[in-house]
Amino acid sequence: MLDSQTTLAAPQPVRFRGGGFTVRRHPWAALAAFVLLIGLWEGASRLGLASPLFLPPPSAVGAALAGMILDGSLWLNLKASLLRIGVGWSLGTLGGMIVGFAMGIGSLARAVGVPLVSAFFPIPKIALLPLFILWFGIGEPSKFATIGFGVFFPTVIATYSAIDSVPRNLIRMAQSFGLPWRSILRSIVLPGALPGILAGFRITASIALILVVAAEMIGAEYGIGAFVLMAGNLMQTDTLLAGVLVMSALGLTIGTLLSVLERRLLVWR
Amino acid sequence: MRLLISQLTHRYDDLTVLDGVDLALNEGEVLAVIGPSGCGKSTLLGIAGGIVAPTAGRVSVDGPVPDGCLNPITFIFQDFALLPWRTVEDNVALALEHHPLPAAERRERVNDGLRRMGLEEFRKALPKQLSGGMRQRVGIARALAVRPAMLLLDEPLSALDAQTRELLMDDFLALWRREKTTALYVTHNLDEALRLADRVVVLSRRPGRIREIVTIEEPRDRRLEASAQAHLAEVRARLWTLMKAEAQMADREIARA
Repeated sequence: MLDSQTTLAAPQPVRFRGGGFTVRRHPWAALAAFVLLIGLWEGASRLGLASPLFLPPPSAVGAALAGMILDGSLWLNLKASLLRIGVGWSLGTLGGMIVGFAMGIGSLARAVGVPLVSAFFPIPKIALLPLFILWFGIGEPSKFATIGFGVFFPTVIATYSAIDSVPRNLIRMAQSFGLPWRSILRSIVLPGALPGILAGFRITASIALILVVAAEMIGAEYGIGAFVLMAGNLMQTDTLLAGVLVMSALGLTIGTLLSVLERRLLVWR
Repeated sequence: MRLLISQLTHRYDDLTVLDGVDLALNEGEVLAVIGPSGCGKSTLLGIAGGIVAPTAGRVSVDGPVPDGCLNPITFIFQDFALLPWRTVEDNVALALEHHPLPAAERRERVNDGLRRMGLEEFRKALPKQLSGGMRQRVGIARALAVRPAMLLLDEPLSALDAQTRELLMDDFLALWRREKTTALYVTHNLDEALRLADRVVVLSRRPGRIREIVTIEEPRDRRLEASAQAHLAEVRARLWTLMKAEAQMADREIARA
C-alpha cells in the first residue's frame, strides 16, 4: 500500500490504450493483388503448370480480346446483347413500376397483387424461354420477354416496398396542409420511394445480364452469350474467356452508371 | 378562431385512448395539454386537426378566419416532418404549392417565414445540413407561410436539447406577442407549459380524460421575472401533483401489462 502510494506520487504519463479496430485505407492493395494474381496465372501457364488449352494465359485472353475488337465481332455481339438488355429491362421495369405503384398506393391492387407476385416470383424465368419461343418465335421478342419477365417481379416488389417505406409522418404533414392526393404522390411518395426503386434497379440489372447470356446460349446467332458458347464448342478457351471478360466489364459499367445516377438523384441522403 | 371539442372518444381496436373529452380553445389562447405517455395527447391533437378520425364525438371551429389564411388549422410536428430531398425554402413553399397564388406573393410568404425564423442564409440548405433547432424553425416557417388561424403543436421541442428548447420557446413567445395565434400545445414538459400556456389541461393516464384545467394568471411575458416565481411555483406544484399520480399509475400499468 505504502509502496504504491510512493510510486504514484511521481508523475507518470497515462499509458495509451486506445487505437486499433479502425479501418485504414490501402489504396494500392487491390491493384497489387490483381497484378499478383494475373502474374501468377501467366507464370503458371508459361512454366507449363497449367494447360493453355484449359486455362489460357492472360496474355492469350488479351490477344483474343484485341482480335475481337479488330475484327468487329466484339461490337457485333455486344450490340445484340445491349439491345436485348435495353429493351427487355425497360419493358420489365416500366411494367413493374406501374404495377408496384398500384400495389403501393391501392389496397385492392395490393390484396390481388401480393399473392400473384409471390406465386410467380420464384419461377426460374429462363425456364419459360421455350414457351416464349413458341409464343413469339425464335427471334428477338422471346428474349425481350424472358428478360422483361425476369425484371418485372423484382421491380414490382422493390417499388411497392419502397412506397411502404416512405415515412407516414410526411404524408400526414402534407395532408395537414391540405395537399391534394396527386400532389402528395408527386411531391412526397415518388421522391420518398426513389432510393428503394433505384436499389431495385441494381438487382434487376444483374438479373437482366444473367438472363441475356442464358437466353443467347439457348438460341441466338449473335450476342455475348452466343459468342461464349460458340467459343466453348470450338475449344477456343482464350476467346471464351475474352467473352467472359466483356461480360464482367458490362456488369461493372452498368453498376457504375447506377452509382452515378444514385449520387445525382439522392444527394439529399 | 375558436375550437370546440365535445364528448370525444377514440379507440384503437380494443384500446380506448380518449374517453369523453370536452374542451374549448378560445380565440387567441394558448392551451397546453399535458399528461403521462400514452394518454392520447397526440391523438387528441390529430383529431382536433382533422388528420385522425375520432371514434365518437365532435370537433368544430367557429369565428372569423384572418385575411390571407390558407390553412386555418396548421400543425407543427415533433419530428419536424421536413422533406429531406427539398431545400429549406422549398420545404416552406410546399405548404403553398397547391394554392393559386401570384408568384410574387408566394415568394413573399416564403421569404417572410424564413426571415422571421432567421433562416434566410440557410434557404438553399438541405435539412440534413441543419441542427435540430434549425429544422424545427423550418417547420415553424412552413406553418407561418400559410398564415394560420390556429396552431396545433405536437411536442414541438421534445426532440431538441435543453438549450435549443429555451431558444425556441423565446421564438414562440415572440410569435404569440405579435400574432396572438390561437394554439393547442401538447407536451409532457411542465416547464414548457408554464412558460407558454394561458391554461394547462391535465389528462389522466389512458384512457385520457380531463383531470383538471389549471389557469396560469401571470402574463406570459413576465414569467421569467422574480415577482412571478411564487405563483408559478404554486401552479407547478399543483400540476406536478396531478401528473405524478397519473404517471406513477401509468407506469405500474405498463409494468403489469
